[in-house]
Formats: sequence, structure tokens, C-alpha cells
Amino acid sequence: MGLREKLDELRQQGLKDVDNSEDLDRINDIRVRLLGKKGPIKEALRGMRELSADERPKIGQFANEIRDDLTKAIDKRREELEFAKINAQLEQETIDVTLPGSEVAQGQPHVIQQIIDELVDLFVGMGYEVAVGDEVEEDHYNFEMLNLPKDHPARDMQDTFYVTPEVLMRTQTSPMQARMLEKHDFSKGPLKMISPGKVYRRDTDDATHSHQFHQVEGMVIGKHITMADLKGTLEVVAQELFGDELQVRLRPSYFPFTEPSVEADITCFNCLGKGCAICKHTGWIEVLGAGMTHPNVLKMAGIDPEVYGGFAFGLGPDRFAMLKYGVEDIRDFYQNDVRFLTQFDQKG
Amino acid sequence: MKVSYKWLQEYLDIDINPTDLAEKIARTSVDINDVYSPSDGLKKLVVGHIESVEPHPDSDHLTLCQVDNGEETVQIVCGAPNVVAGKNVIVALPGARIGNNIKIKRSKMRGEISEGMLCALQEIGFSEKIAPKAYDEGIWFLPDDAKPGESVFPYLGMDDTIIDTDITPNRGDMFSMLGNVNDIAAFYGLKSHFKTLNVKENSTTSTADLIKVQIDDTNLAPTYKLRVINNIEIKDSPMWMQIRLWNAGIRPINNVVDVTNYILLKYGQPLHSFDYDKLPEKEIKVRFAKKDEAFTTLDEDERKLNEQDVVVTAGDKPAALAGTMGGLDTAISNETKNVALEAAIFNPTLIRKQARRHDLHSESSTRFERGINPETVETALNEAAELIAELGNGTVATGIVTGSEAAINEPKVEMKLARINHVLGTQMKMEDVTNIFDRLAFDYNVDGDTITVTVPARRWDVSIEADLLEEIARIYGYDNLPSTLPEQTSNIGALSLRQNLIRSSRHVLEGEGLNQAISYSLTTNDKAEQFQIENHGTPMLLDYPMSQDHIATRMSLISGLLNDIAYNIARKQKDVRLYEQGRIFTTDNDGIRPLEQEHIAGAMTGQLLNNNWHQENHSVDFYDLKGIVERYLENMSLSGTVTFVPSNERAELHPGRTANIKLDDQLIGFIGQVHPQIAKEYKIPETYVFELNLEAIIEAPKQGRHYDEISKYPSIKRDIALLLDDNTLNSDITAAINKKGGSYLVDVHLFDVYQGAHLPAHKKSLAYTLTYQDKNGTLTEDQVNESFDKVVSYLTAEFDTEIR
Ligand SMILES: [Zn+2]
Repeated sequence: MGLREKLDELRQQGLKDVDNSEDLDRINDIRVRLLGKKGPIKEALRGMRELSADERPKIGQFANEIRDDLTKAIDKRREELEFAKINAQLEQETIDVTLPGSEVAQGQPHVIQQIIDELVDLFVGMGYEVAVGDEVEEDHYNFEMLNLPKDHPARDMQDTFYVTPEVLMRTQTSPMQARMLEKHDFSKGPLKMISPGKVYRRDTDDATHSHQFHQVEGMVIGKHITMADLKGTLEVVAQELFGDELQVRLRPSYFPFTEPSVEADITCFNCLGKGCAICKHTGWIEVLGAGMTHPNVLKMAGIDPEVYGGFAFGLGPDRFAMLKYGVEDIRDFYQNDVRFLTQFDQKG
Repeated sequence: MKVSYKWLQEYLDIDINPTDLAEKIARTSVDINDVYSPSDGLKKLVVGHIESVEPHPDSDHLTLCQVDNGEETVQIVCGAPNVVAGKNVIVALPGARIGNNIKIKRSKMRGEISEGMLCALQEIGFSEKIAPKAYDEGIWFLPDDAKPGESVFPYLGMDDTIIDTDITPNRGDMFSMLGNVNDIAAFYGLKSHFKTLNVKENSTTSTADLIKVQIDDTNLAPTYKLRVINNIEIKDSPMWMQIRLWNAGIRPINNVVDVTNYILLKYGQPLHSFDYDKLPEKEIKVRFAKKDEAFTTLDEDERKLNEQDVVVTAGDKPAALAGTMGGLDTAISNETKNVALEAAIFNPTLIRKQARRHDLHSESSTRFERGINPETVETALNEAAELIAELGNGTVATGIVTGSEAAINEPKVEMKLARINHVLGTQMKMEDVTNIFDRLAFDYNVDGDTITVTVPARRWDVSIEADLLEEIARIYGYDNLPSTLPEQTSNIGALSLRQNLIRSSRHVLEGEGLNQAISYSLTTNDKAEQFQIENHGTPMLLDYPMSQDHIATRMSLISGLLNDIAYNIARKQKDVRLYEQGRIFTTDNDGIRPLEQEHIAGAMTGQLLNNNWHQENHSVDFYDLKGIVERYLENMSLSGTVTFVPSNERAELHPGRTANIKLDDQLIGFIGQVHPQIAKEYKIPETYVFELNLEAIIEAPKQGRHYDEISKYPSIKRDIALLLDDNTLNSDITAAINKKGGSYLVDVHLFDVYQGAHLPAHKKSLAYTLTYQDKNGTLTEDQVNESFDKVVSYLTAEFDTEIR
């Protein structure tokens, strides 16, 4: 048998052995045995000395081809076996991915806080400053400075927790209007402020009344502030909170600290204006009170109403939350049942 | 006010769907409570003629009536005591729907067929308070000329539509048909056909000879006028008038009282009728009541008056609580022959307080509170006198006796066109403005670009420029105003540092698993003063609280959180993790108001996690909450050093499980377990709480956001375990290690605490890993050994310890 035939036979046998090997150890053995220094190919090539000078390179090249073929076959087979081994291991490691994941403790902001933050961000984005006032106020700022003198009928409407004849739990966040008007430097431009916070009324708590609730009030006073600006602002607020497909309707109202005064209604988001129980079959839901700041309020704060003017508006986050989420009992906001608190976890 | 659409149609040529009219009123004048027809929900109610009445053979109170229902004569069983042959009545046919959504069927009553039902007004939707008293016990009789088979609704005014308005405090003028007609005419640009009835003084007697009026204090009654009507006959008023009243929610009584109420509706002018003959003296005065003066009002209630009440007196004897309710002694009765009729304007504030004090809110008092049109006091008095005389066949004495008369005030207000457009954001022309005042029927003068408006007395809510701007805006239509946004300012809107820190405090605690609670700031006296960080004494108390549960302002947030936990526990929610951010109120300052501080507090009870297949669970303990507080404080990046110092002096907390939280030397809060005794009082299980003074954290110097270069050189660790007395504090050991650790010591980490079987009694083992690192080079073992040995020998010397 010639050298070439011998080599070819080695190749055939080697490829067969590789194909038949079933584990990685065996394939390693084959590699060492066939391609190692003492392997049959090296052994066979020792017979090259006996070949002619022009046969020699041909056989050498042939031997290299065989070595490459075998190496490729071994690598391929090893990959196959490794892959099979990993697959077997992975199959063993299979878990029930439908079991629940580990619990991650995450707290939620209170729903009223969420509404307040949303409004604050909206107005801060429009260049308003946030003015947070005290919850215990003076009669002077809570009422008198807002054009509500001692015998004003509107004082009956809002029953008040007095501490002394001069000190009370604020019934509205509006005292901040008066305080900010006194403080603001109008040479630096208009005053644009929003004032969120807790307020108190002397009420018996039930499903629709609470002695404690929240208000967000805003005010803009400058040289060129118009009622059209008020209308535009109220539309932005209503649409931000309830969606911009809803219409806004203004109608006359009365507040001692604004004139003209308006109430802003939005199309009922439940029935889209057709009429339902939520909107008391009117198709509209009252969401905001507002108006052009009364000249007396400006005068009392030492501001000339002939030169400066503007608007104020107020709304109740508690009422918003009740409307928006269908909360039927206002006490739910202040009793803090964890099943209530953890529902408002939507951040998207 | 319940405004009748049909009545409006008498004065205005309108043919608009009442719902649309109501919408227009809402957008232009006053709010709308409701739009409805009295016949809503009712059907198959027809006129029936009773042909005969026989007793029911099997009942002593039922009768068998043969009734012509327009189609045929049928038998209807009736239980009304006043049923009588020959009368026209309300028949509910089989298939009819009557009040309270009741359906009427053909039926048998005690063996006798009944083809429907004869109805009282209360049975077809009239409230008990409105249905005339005379028919209280029986069925209603329709007019004799009513045609059997026709719907009863037109006969009873139930085919009308009622627009129920909700009147804002300023629009007192809208409490009358006259006010409504004027406003609707203005916004639709219609002509008003409002009619008044003139008085015919058909008596030779002069009123002044019959009665005198003396008003000493015109502040009580700025206007006071009287007329006398003689020789009248008391009877029911005509149907048309009764319908007007009951559709407005007022019960018809008799021809005198009904006229006063009719005029009240028409003009908004309350009137009061006295039985002239029962006035003890024929001199009328108005004065404040005396302290504890007794007076029995029409409702037969004997009241004790006080010095703020205003009374109308005959001689010196009270005859009426002014503007609020008349007296029983001088009331109109079926025997009344002569009537003294009062038309006045009383002081609105005094009437409001008086009505409130006596809980007597009436149609009259409401109108006096909101103001009276001075232009129509006499018109209303005259028309009422005429109607009483006509309806009672009496005579009107000559002349009006006037005790006081308020001047009619018609302010003139000057405005520039540019000003109007500047405030409203509009681009109106002068003719747009004058058109609006034409519609409102306000007089004006135009001089160039200036308009001077004379405000009529009937619109007493209008007196300054802002009021006129409102009139212009609402008639122009808020819908027609443009929508713009205020001018931009140069300052960038942003939260202040303080507001930002408060907001991020909330976010951090939420991220750590606490839910935000908002509790009541007002609580009981005892709870208000619990859990104070520093003792500020007693809480601020309300002068006139509503409930004992909410009487004092809180001085800590924790008591509210414990209330919340108790609420959850009572509802079987055992795992509760809450925080609250809010105000506390301290009173030990000099001001007239308490000092308000922002605080943040948390409370946890129950299991840390829900029962979970995958994670080991355990009951919340001190260290769980402490971890949250430590993490939070790290987030606040305070420059100073925070320490937790054992405290056994807080009465509401477990003396062995409480720490004061200090920032350098300043007390900024505490953390601990609620004392079991207090927990019992709140009805809560084992609970851990913390409270921090946010003001201190806001004011404290901050490190701000910063970066430490990560060392390129390796660190070397050494472990040390110490056997110590079990009352030795970890903080003392770590302080000692840090003190002697040298400049390469970068971290001291406690990795084990052991106490138990393998140790002697009252001993514990604490084990720490000390990490050494040099920023500028590689440490050698020798350097570390040297440092470490110093620590070991110091600890050995300072503490009674054994190094293990
Ligand atoms: Zn609706």
C-alpha cells in the first residue's frame, strides 16, 4: 500500500471515529490520538524520505489536507456535543415562569397629592410660583382682605373654626393672595402664583362633607391681564385634568373677592354631555370657580386697581378625585385604608 | 326660585324650549338647579264626574262611586271622606301612573270592582307642604266646568315647565318674576310686557285715620309702608293664583295670604298682612326686641327673643318678627274682616342673623337678606291691596301710610371703551357696549370714547366699574370671549429649594415602600400633644369645635398615623406601612398664631412582605424602619453627622427600643416602638414609628451632589469579633474603631451579632469587617497590620472585651 493510500485510509477511519464519538472526553482522545506527535499521520509521514523529490511536496500537501479535514471534523463534532450538553443542562434547569415574582415594596403617593402635584407642575411650567401659606390664619387675611367684612353674608356660607375672634383655621387658600399681593414687587413684572393646601370648614363629616379638604388657588396680577387670559387659563387646567376633548363652559357666579365672577364647567366626562347621574342630568360638571380680582382686594393690598388687575381661580382636588375616579365617600381620603391608598399606582 | 315658564310667557314673547332657556340663563344670569314639569312621570290622569255615591256593602269607610271618565261611566271604589256626587275629580284610569311611580290597575276592593282611583293632590306628586290644607284628608275637586275625559294637567297647572334657579348672593333681583323677565329680555333682546295692576281706592276712609306708623330707627326698617283693606271676605283664592303659588312651591291658604305670596313672587317684595282688628293698638313701630321678650309666631311656637331680634310692634306689643314670620295673635283667620298690609325694606344683615338664630328661613326672609328693589315697594303694595279688595269684595282705604322711605340710589359710573376691552380682552366698539346697556335698560350717556351709565335701583348689586364689566361680559357672552394666556414673565417657573426637598422626601419614602397618608390635622386634645419631638407644651384648641374628635391642632404626625393603622386593623388590614408629610402646630411662641412646622413621619406594623412563596418573611421590627430612615437621611445629603442615641424618656414609646435622631448636636427626630400601653389605647398591634422635623433638614447644610474618585489601588480587609457585655452599644464600638483606625481605614461594617447558647450569660459577640485602602498607592500588609493592631489594643483597653 502506498503512502497516499495509507493516509487516505487514516482519514476515512478518523472521520468515522469522530462521527461515532458520543462525548467530549472521547473526542479529545481522538484528537490526541490522530493529530498528536505520536499519531498515525506523523508516523506515516516519516516514510516520506523514501519518496522522490517531486512526490514529496505533493504528499506533504495531501497530509496537510487530511489534517485540516480531521481538525474541522473534530471541532464540529465537539461543538455539537457541547451544544447538546448545554441543552441537556438547561432542560434540567427549567423553572415555572408563571410563579409570581419577588415582592418589591413600593409606596404610592396619595391620590390628592398626585392631583396637586399635577396642577403645580402645570402652572410651574407656565411660569407661576408656588406660594404655600399657613393653615392657621388671621381673620384679617382669610376674610377682610378678600372683601369679606365682618357682616358679609358669605361668612355664613363658610362656617369657620375660630380659635380666637382674630385667629382661625383657614377656610380657603386665598389668604395667600392677599399676603402675596402685599409682598410682590410689581416692578419685576406680573405676579403669577399658585397656592395649594389644606383648608378647614366647620362641617360634620359624612360622605360628601369633610371638615378638612384641599384647595388649589391661582392668581395672576399685572398691567395687561384680561378676562380672556382667565378663560384661556381655565381651559388649559380643565383639559389637563380631564382631557382635551371636553368642552369648557363659563357662567356667571359670585365670589366676594372677584368681579366679574364665573364658574367653569366641563362637559360631563361620564356621559359626554348627554346627561347622567354624575352631572345631575345637565351634561356639565362644575370644576372651578374664578373671576377678575375685585378692585377692593387690590386696594386693600395697596395696589392701584386702575393700573393693575388680573384674575384668580380656585378648585378642589378632593372633588376632582371624587369625580375623576368615582370615589363616593370623601372620608376615604383621610382614613387611609391601605387598599384605597395602593390603588393609585399608575405612573404611565 | 321656581320660575314658571307659562308665567314668563305672559310677559315675554318667547317660544324657546324651556331646557334651552335654562341653559341660556345658566350661561348668562344664575345657575340652574333643575328643569322639570309637575306632570313628569305621570300619565292617564283625567277629569271624572261623580254621578253617584253609595256606601260599600262590605266596608264602613269605603264608597262606590259611579264616575263618568269621558268615555264611559265606571265604578270606582273610593276611601276619601269628602267624596260627593256632582263633583269633578281627578281620576287615575287603569294603566295610569301616579306619584311615587305607582301604577294603577283595575282591581277588586272587598269584592267590588274598581276601574281606577280618585286622587288627592298628594297622590299625584304634590308635596304635603304645598297641597292646600282644606283637602288634606280628601280628594281634590276640579272646577265644575272641567270636561270629563280631558287631561287634568292643564286644570292644575301641571302642564307648565318649571325652571328652578339657584341664585347667587348678589342677584337678589332674580328672586322675582320681574327680575327674571328683565334679564331674559336683556339677553334675548326682547321687549318686556310686564304688567302692573293699579289700585282703586274705593273707600272714603283715609288710611291715616285708621293706623299710624312710627319708625324711630330707619336702620332697622329703611322703608316701611302700610295700607288698610276693609270689609273683606276670606275665602279660597282663584285657581290661577293657587296654581302660580303651588308651582312655585308655596301652599295656597286664603285670598289674603295668597295675594301677599303672589306679589312676593311677582315683584320680590315680601308683604305681611295683619288682622287689623286684632292689633292691640293701631300704631305700628319697629324696634329691637328686649332680652327674653316672649313672642308666639304663626307656627304656634313660643319664642324667646333677644336684643338682636327686630320686631314689628302694635303699640309696644310684638306683632311680627320683622321680615321673618308674623305673630299668631294678629294672623289672618277665616273671621278676618279688615287687613293692615305691610310693605317694607328691613335691614338685610339683621334679618339674616335673626332667621338663622330662629331657624326660620322663609321666602320673605330670603328676599330681605338678598335685598329689595326700592322702586317697587309701593307698586307691590298697591297691586296687593287691589287684588285683596277684588278677591275679597272689600274696599281699599285712601292713601298709604309711610313710616320711612329709603332714598332711591342710582349711581352713575363712567368708563372708557379702551378700559372695557383691556379688562375683558375684547375688541368691542362703543355701539356694542351701548347695545348691551339698551338691552339691560340701563340709561347711559356717550361722550367720545367714554360712556357714563346710570345704574337703575332695581339692580342694587351693580355700583362700580367692575360690576358693569360683569354686566357687559355676561350679556356679550362668555362663550364669545377670546381664549388667551397671560403674558410670559422673565422668571422661570420652578419649585423653591424647600418645595423641592419636601417633594423629594415624599418620593424617597415611597421608593422605600411607604404609602403616603393624609390624616386629619385636628384631633383630640390628648392625641394632639403626643409624640412631640421636642416638648412644646399643649396644643392650640378650637373655640367652637364641631366634634370632640377634632378639637386641637396636632403637634406630631404620628398620632394621626396610628389612627390610620387602627382604622386598617379594624378592617383586617394587618400589614400597614405609611408615611405622612404635613404640618404640626406649636403654641409656645409669642405670636397670635401658632408656629407651623413641616414634619415627615412613618409608621409600620405587621409583616414586611405579603405571605410569599419565594421570600422569607418576618414581622416588621425596629431595624426595618431604621433602615428606611437611614436611607432617607443619606438621600438628604446632610453635611453633618446623623446619630441614633438611645432614649428611654419618651412616654409614648418603648423605653428600650427608642432612639433620638440627632444631626450633630441638634435633635431632629426620633424612632422607636410604640409603647404597648399606648398601642393598646389606639387598639393597634406592635407598631414602629419615626418622626423627623423637616424644617431642620431643610435648613441643615448639604453636601450637594458630589463624586469621590474610585481608588485604583486594591483594598485590604480585616475581620474582628468582639465578646462584649450585652449592654455595650454598637455605636460606641464603631466610634472607637473609627477613632483609632488611622487614615487608611475607609469602612467599618458590622456583619454579625450573636447572643445565645455558645456565649456566657449577659454577653454578646459583635463582628466587624474593617476595610483599608490608600487612594494614592498600594498598601502593604505591614501598614495594615500596624493600623489594625492599634484598633485591637484600643478596644481591649477601653471595653471589657475579648477579641475572638
Ligand atoms: Zn353626565
